[in-house]
Amino acid sequence: MEKEKVPQDKGNLTQNNLKELVYATDENGNYTTALSTGWEPKTIALSNSIEEINERIAEARQQVENGEVSPICYFMEVNKMDLTILSSYVGLWKWRVKRHFKPAVFAKLNDKTLQKYADAFGISIAELKNSKTI
Amino acid sequence: MQTTFTHHQSAHCENGVASNLLKNSGLNLSEPMVFGIGSGLFFVYLPFIKVNYAPAISYRTLPGQIFNKVASRLHLKIKRQKFSSVSNANKALDENLKNNIPTGLQVGVYHLSYFPDEYRFHFNAHNLVVYGKTETDYLISDPVMENVTTLTHDELDKVRFAKGAFAPRGQMYYPINIPTTVDLKSAIIKGIKNTCRDMLAPMPIIGVRGIKFVSRQIRKWPVKHGTKKANHYLAQMVRMQEEIGTGGGGFRFIYAAFLQEASVILNNEELKNLSKEMTQIGDSWRDFAVEASRIYKNRSAKEDAYNTIADELLSIANREEIFFKKLKKAIS
Repeated sequence: MEKEKVPQDKGNLTQNNLKELVYATDENGNYTTALSTGWEPKTIALSNSIEEINERIAEARQQVENGEVSPICYFMEVNKMDLTILSSYVGLWKWRVKRHFKPAVFAKLNDKTLQKYADAFGISIAELKNSKTI
Repeated sequence: MQTTFTHHQSAHCENGVASNLLKNSGLNLSEPMVFGIGSGLFFVYLPFIKVNYAPAISYRTLPGQIFNKVASRLHLKIKRQKFSSVSNANKALDENLKNNIPTGLQVGVYHLSYFPDEYRFHFNAHNLVVYGKTETDYLISDPVMENVTTLTHDELDKVRFAKGAFAPRGQMYYPINIPTTVDLKSAIIKGIKNTCRDMLAPMPIIGVRGIKFVSRQIRKWPVKHGTKKANHYLAQMVRMQEEIGTGGGGFRFIYAAFLQEASVILNNEELKNLSKEMTQIGDSWRDFAVEASRIYKNRSAKEDAYNTIADELLSIANREEIFFKKLKKAIS
């Protein structure tokens, strides 16, 4: 990549005034570094996965409203986690976390277990239980 | 409390931390040098492991390996520590800062408050340097950022003890012994040999053969998984290749910069030509990313489009195969 061709597209970094460093060649073909504000193909790839996450969140919200899953499932998506990550944050086996996705099981959870989930999501137990905050 | 430390921005976090820490200890090693000697260039496709719901593709070696290889090839001593308790981890870090030792940390990205929201994923192999502490904050030099920044004490605890794959478990590292003279030449040759071996490995998911494998898989994605998933897989692949930290083109440009530096140190004209060739291959990776982004932007599911980029990937793989064979010859 030549230095003049280092892309300066508007991207997710621009809003935060961040620039990333890339390696590029100068007019003599020698390597140097340049700062880039963003590159369109990357921006699209990133917004693609953010869209994906938002879809998953919306879906989980719907499922909670329908009483199909517990709020844990929704907050897991909001925090961009999956089952493996969540289970290691709360320190429980995956099958137990999966079981807590069931609304009936969730309703019977004690405060100690709920606190683990609340800590993992950075919210309070009340927020976790109150499906209106969703 | 603040140690003497100069922040330099770099493309990739691990090289950057390694290069910054070594520069601080009086060994002037550029980022591409660290990357090349540490044999950072790699390719691996792990379809059975899912990252963000897509098959894992990595353009680099495992976290920690680059610095470890640099250390062993230059006979430096690096101390690495992991902790099971948060308070012990903090004590050890504070002790280091008191002794004027800027310290490298492995951290999780998700709780890094200075990162834009869009970049905060559960990725645990990020690296940064802590070079000081105030009443409320730790002073942070994150090599991918232009300037130094800070994290509160609580935030630093959180990122040091992030959970999930590659959980850092408070890992900290710092050089404890740096010889006054280092043998760069032999280290560079070892590094290049290692990379050639990796990229030409006779394993279907690694190196050049791994790239060819992905190219075959891409043809099948739209049929096997449907358009939506196939587009998602492709987008994830481009992110791994181009996101912050790679310096562009899946690390190819950093590697080309390394070869250029190496050609001067080894006095080897051939390496300079190979550096130019690597730059061209890097440009082809960029073209591949542009083509791929067209597919997931338009959401067009023409099978043809997938075949076209698969061909492009295959041609890159073939060129890299020839390239690494030449590189191996050039230093032997």
